[in-house]
Amino acid sequence: MDKMPQWADIVLIPLISLILAAVLSALVILAIGENPVAAFKLMVEGALMRSAGWGYTLYYATNFMFTGLAVAVAFHARMFNIGGEGQAMLGGLGVALVALYIPWPHWSLAILGATAGAALFGAAWAYIPALLQAKRGSHIVITTIMFNFIAAGLLNYVLVNVLRPKGSMDPASANFPDATKLPTFRDMFSTADNIMFRGAPANVTFFLAIAACVLVWYLIWRTRLGYEIRAFGFSESAARYAGISPVRITVIAMLISGALAGLMSVNTTMGESERLVMNSTEGAGFIGIAVALMGRSHPFGVFLAAILFGFLYQGGAELALWTNIPRELIVVIQALVILFTGALDNMVRMPLEKLFLALRRRNV
Amino acid sequence: MTLMQKFLGAAAAIALSAGASLAEPALIFDLGGKFDKSFNEAAFNGAKRWAEETGGKFLEIELQSEAQREQALRRFAEAGANPVITTGFAFATPVEAVAPDYPDTKFVNIDGWMPEVPPNVQLIGFQEHQGSYLVGMLAAMASKSGTVGFIGGMDIPLIRHFGCGYAQGVKAVNPDMKIVANMTGTTPAAWNDPVKGSELTKAQISQGADVIYAAAGGTGVGVLQTAADEDILSIGVDSNQNYLHPGKVLTSMLKRVDVAVYNSMMAGADLETGGFTTLGLAEEGVGWAYDEYNAPLITDEMKAAVDDARAKIISGELEVVSYYANDSCPAYDF
Repeated sequence: MDKMPQWADIVLIPLISLILAAVLSALVILAIGENPVAAFKLMVEGALMRSAGWGYTLYYATNFMFTGLAVAVAFHARMFNIGGEGQAMLGGLGVALVALYIPWPHWSLAILGATAGAALFGAAWAYIPALLQAKRGSHIVITTIMFNFIAAGLLNYVLVNVLRPKGSMDPASANFPDATKLPTFRDMFSTADNIMFRGAPANVTFFLAIAACVLVWYLIWRTRLGYEIRAFGFSESAARYAGISPVRITVIAMLISGALAGLMSVNTTMGESERLVMNSTEGAGFIGIAVALMGRSHPFGVFLAAILFGFLYQGGAELALWTNIPRELIVVIQALVILFTGALDNMVRMPLEKLFLALRRRNV
Repeated sequence: MTLMQKFLGAAAAIALSAGASLAEPALIFDLGGKFDKSFNEAAFNGAKRWAEETGGKFLEIELQSEAQREQALRRFAEAGANPVITTGFAFATPVEAVAPDYPDTKFVNIDGWMPEVPPNVQLIGFQEHQGSYLVGMLAAMASKSGTVGFIGGMDIPLIRHFGCGYAQGVKAVNPDMKIVANMTGTTPAAWNDPVKGSELTKAQISQGADVIYAAAGGTGVGVLQTAADEDILSIGVDSNQNYLHPGKVLTSMLKRVDVAVYNSMMAGADLETGGFTTLGLAEEGVGWAYDEYNAPLITDEMKAAVDDARAKIISGELEVVSYYANDSCPAYDF
């Protein structure tokens, strides 16, 4: 066995990656003449020390959980779904249509309808690339990323020409009716004399995201379909030999992935803006890739990684508010974390593996 | 000095600095960014002028995402910033939602519109059609080919409002003048697409235009550049952009966002709120730029004609029809 112990794989590697990213970020902040310690304190205080800060952190984390799960499910079938952005955009359209054109009596019913609408539209948007991959071998990376652009164009057309209320300048739909307003954390956890999560957008969708994490875990490790998806991911030829249809698994895995990405828009569209706006996804589809990589495609890992990225987003906003660090550099800091935890994973992994191997040899 | 004392001292210092920051105004830029050489930059220049003259400091943020709109408003209001100034119509909805939660904070929104203005919000708008009318007259007088162009940013009523005033100015000089108009796009990306601006400029030149008015935020940079390269005249917008290509920019339609920001910051916590302020030619809120960079392009005759029209508009003798009046333009069909 030339494998590392599991704790090193799950805990040590992400930790080292994070520290490396933090050191580089500190150097960047130093280079523009700001104090990295003060900046870090500001991020922690703004994102984690106030209930409103948590409200934003968890709001962003909800988005990243959905898109992270979407990427993770596709990963298990060894597919790289980078179309989460487009699938989430279309999911938003599904939410908007459901919320605007069906008269819901209560939010609890509306969220069920919106969930169905978002999942359906997201899955439908993933269906075409999945079919192209399964039947024609068109590479899923290429087709899904192209579908992101098509989704943006389609949404643009629908918002400007169909859903925009007359006289409005914003390319956005009308406001959703009041009955579809989802309870925010403030509504749920505040008492009369202690207002928590003031103004923060975190809402009941967070619990939907946790439910999705549990369901995905159950699906992948406890059902026959999950077994087939994993078997197909490990070895296509072995799966085929065992009677698993590659076409079926490719399409089903991508449908689930697209549906999960689409669900993100329940949070942004129904939970936050309460109308469909042009760029409601804001790159969460791509952050989902980093979240899934960092979470090792395990729902619990995705959950933790999503909260970390939520912290980075909210902390970044605090930096923008109270320091002179320009927003471009805040993106650089966020990108460094993604780079180290996602893309440069092997840079940490390989030396560590060798180290553990050497230690083991000595023990033997 | 014990460690405890040090801590207490530090805490007191922090508390003091927090108290001192109470009256600081805050400025929130729209997604276009601070340095767009146009609308947002004008706002920044106004704030900078205030800071230089009073020695005061102001808080500012360039947004990264939609969710940050409300967040920035709330955080600045909670920190005691007063007034909180926002640029761009997209802020109208969030300001309307946040303002009632912070009755002691005054909010300003430039370009926005609300059905009912909360008591602690002031909306500032501009009579862009009046300024555009004047630069339209200049364009018609400077054109030799008989065709002038208009390039808008995002296709929204506000930009048609610009274009409509411009078209009326052109037709006032010469009713036979041909106007070609294009919009860059239908999404906010159209505010910052200089390449598309450049392509549209070339297309309009091929249709005969030899003066082009860009009302397109950052996209206008591409329009002005291409117009200068192709040796025709252009007209800048919002900020004075004459200096960008001396001798090639006929004039700029000034929308004094800087004055609006400067005045709001000057008024500070005493700012009058609860209504609309409309700045037109009479209030010097809009106008046309005349400086050493475009002086050789403007003849005495042109200047006299425009000054005359300006006086007539202010006195009410001449009325420039607003596109908003009935969502259509008498001089050009968009």
